[in-house]
Amino acid sequence: MEERIMIAGFGGQGVMAIGQILTYAGMIEDKNVSWLPSYGPEMRGGTANCGVIISNEPVGSPVVVNSTSAIIMNKPSLDKFEKFVNKGGKLFVNSSLIEAKSERDDIDVYYIPANEIANELGNSRVANMVMLGAYLEATKAIGMKSIEEGFVKVFGEERAHLLPINKEALKKGGEFVREQKKFLETKSY
Amino acid sequence: MTVVFEKTKGLTDVQTHYCPGCTHGIVHRLVGEALEELGVLDKAIGVAPVGCAVLAYNYFNCDMHEAAHGRAPAVATGIKRVRPENFVFTYQGDGDLASIGTAEIVHVAHRGEKISTIFINNAIYGMTGGQMAPTTLIGQKATTAPLGRDEAHSGKPIKMSELLATIDGAKFVERVTVTTPGHVRKAKKAIKECFKLQIEGKGFGIVEVLSTCPTNWGLTPEESLRWLEENMIPYYPLGSFKRPKEDD
Amino acid sequence: MRKVLMKGNEAIGAAAIEAGCKYFFGYPITPQSELPEYMARELPKIGGVFLQAESEIAAINMVYGAAGSGVRVMTSSSSPGMALKQEGISYMAGAELPCVIVNIMRGGPGLGGIQPSQTDYFQATRGGGNGDYRLVVLAPADVQELVDLIIEGFDIADQYRNPVMILGDGMIGQMMEPVEFKEPKKRDLPEKDWATTGTEGKRKPNIINSLYLAPEELEKHNIKLQAKYREIKEKEVKVQSYNIEDGDVVIAAYGTTSRIVKTAISQLEREGYKVGLIRPITLWPYPYEEFQKINDECKGILTVEMNNGQMIDDVKIAVEGKYPVYFYGRTGGMVPTPDEIVKKVKEIHGGEI
Repeated sequence: MEERIMIAGFGGQGVMAIGQILTYAGMIEDKNVSWLPSYGPEMRGGTANCGVIISNEPVGSPVVVNSTSAIIMNKPSLDKFEKFVNKGGKLFVNSSLIEAKSERDDIDVYYIPANEIANELGNSRVANMVMLGAYLEATKAIGMKSIEEGFVKVFGEERAHLLPINKEALKKGGEFVREQKKFLETKSY
Repeated sequence: MTVVFEKTKGLTDVQTHYCPGCTHGIVHRLVGEALEELGVLDKAIGVAPVGCAVLAYNYFNCDMHEAAHGRAPAVATGIKRVRPENFVFTYQGDGDLASIGTAEIVHVAHRGEKISTIFINNAIYGMTGGQMAPTTLIGQKATTAPLGRDEAHSGKPIKMSELLATIDGAKFVERVTVTTPGHVRKAKKAIKECFKLQIEGKGFGIVEVLSTCPTNWGLTPEESLRWLEENMIPYYPLGSFKRPKEDD
Repeated sequence: MRKVLMKGNEAIGAAAIEAGCKYFFGYPITPQSELPEYMARELPKIGGVFLQAESEIAAINMVYGAAGSGVRVMTSSSSPGMALKQEGISYMAGAELPCVIVNIMRGGPGLGGIQPSQTDYFQATRGGGNGDYRLVVLAPADVQELVDLIIEGFDIADQYRNPVMILGDGMIGQMMEPVEFKEPKKRDLPEKDWATTGTEGKRKPNIINSLYLAPEELEKHNIKLQAKYREIKEKEVKVQSYNIEDGDVVIAAYGTTSRIVKTAISQLEREGYKVGLIRPITLWPYPYEEFQKINDECKGILTVEMNNGQMIDDVKIAVEGKYPVYFYGRTGGMVPTPDEIVKKVKEIHGGEI
């Protein structure tokens, strides 16, 4: 098993954080993992991205170019990374902020209204967790318990009280994907 | 017979390389005496500059570092930060402190490093052979200002004590000279007060000593002392620029 | 100890503290600023000192002062900042002061960029400062090895009284990987009886110095340094090799680039190619002898670097003309992809170049 995940969006959308949670959770499950962020001025309000690798084998190149999955939080990131998803891979699009549809017909595309779902939960900042939940449901790459542990590791014990709403966000994202999955399963490449 | 003078334990028993009539020797003695009299010689760590005093590590009878040109204040910072219980001083010339090392001296003052600096201002580069210093006076000849320093070309000489006194972390700033026994006594008093400031943990202190360079000025030792008094003191006024305040 | 997930730059700080380093002098520069930030947060908690210097020049000179006073001390920077530190590094090599210096490289020349590169290989291994000196240069490929080499680096520095440089790049500094902190192999470390601590009236003054005005004395000092460097060359070479007895092509790469090469090699093996790898871990001393073990049938050595060809000089020295030496590199912050390397290996294999 090797998951190579590109996570991208605006700075402040929490793309780095869900990447780190995922990486931590992978480590907890004794996988080989790496997390590599973009850095520099582009981080200051521009687009931010990180590449996560979760693998049974030692991680070679930590650079995620061709991804098995991509979690895309804004339009510029869709333009940039959509084309690098491997054939048969999975693309998760935050449809709250991205009106465009994917041009790929050789991958599974999930449209998640992450901001709307987050707002319904009462905290717009958990949109990233909605997307992560969607990813987890679609790929089953990592167990939910490890993700929860990873959340506490990344945000620290002092913010562990935010875990319930974040868990809720993960769940909602997962539910949304289950609905779409029914449709996608009828597809073949 | 009564002993009226003894060489300080603060200096080693070697012959210095300084030119006849150069006032480095006097200032070395004052520093050595101050270290001894204040009881800090055994825990002193000094930093020598690049310039005429580059070999000062052979003359001060305490642990010493030889620093890169201008960097003595940074080296002293490193020493003091890891050994705050030790007494740390730098001994620097005008090329070292007022030219290549301006950033380092300004920032030890800015951080209020608890170190002491002795600054020898003789308005010339001595060791490299008489080139212009930032402290060279207008009209004063130097090998790199053969017609004399020209303000339009090189600006006016920099006044480091006045500059450093504007910085909050500098708690003691005084300019002295050693041209007469009276001035020597005042200089020693200033050096001791400056050192006491560090012992009391009050912040950065510096004593600027107007000094002679007979060799590169092309004057006899005696003429040099007169030249200093007539030319340097009017531009670089002696006196205290900064003393610690009550609440420092 | 349990594994923790750490960013390379922070892992450096944690490893240094683990190694007993309580002092850090630095100046911010991308992509290594997380390291001074980490030290600013952590060192005061253990009674240490973090100080943000006014410049890289001041920072390395503070390290000179601190190291001369006998403590374990560290500084870090990235390429343009490392250029500024060369003065102090040369003085420390001359005065034989131990310290660990971290260069998280970015692209150059000049201000260059901030993305990963390996363009300071020459500067690190040939001596970026003046004089005939050497640094021990360690090039980790992952965050775990980064931690191990920082901890061992302090011991190497103390054992030989020599600055040690950790040469990484923006990628290893920024990436997160699991690490655990392990005890290094025990070394017999000499007392620092040369350090300036104040004489306490009990000994002659100690002097930290690199000035020897008499030519015969300076020559003597240099001969002593060279003897030390010879000993380091004999004892401290570290290298990892893979399939060099059998590889039709052998790749030489270090640091993060070697990981990309490993991915390329796996890809090539799946297609039936036999490819070897020599990964120097010490860039100085360089593992020249390892190249003697390459099989006679090997068609060529491919050096892969994130620059325009610097380590290739050492590879050419190592193979002594026995094999053709090829180069593939990306620069400016561009990272070579496994596919690019695969293509190059196939060209060499097929005799196309």
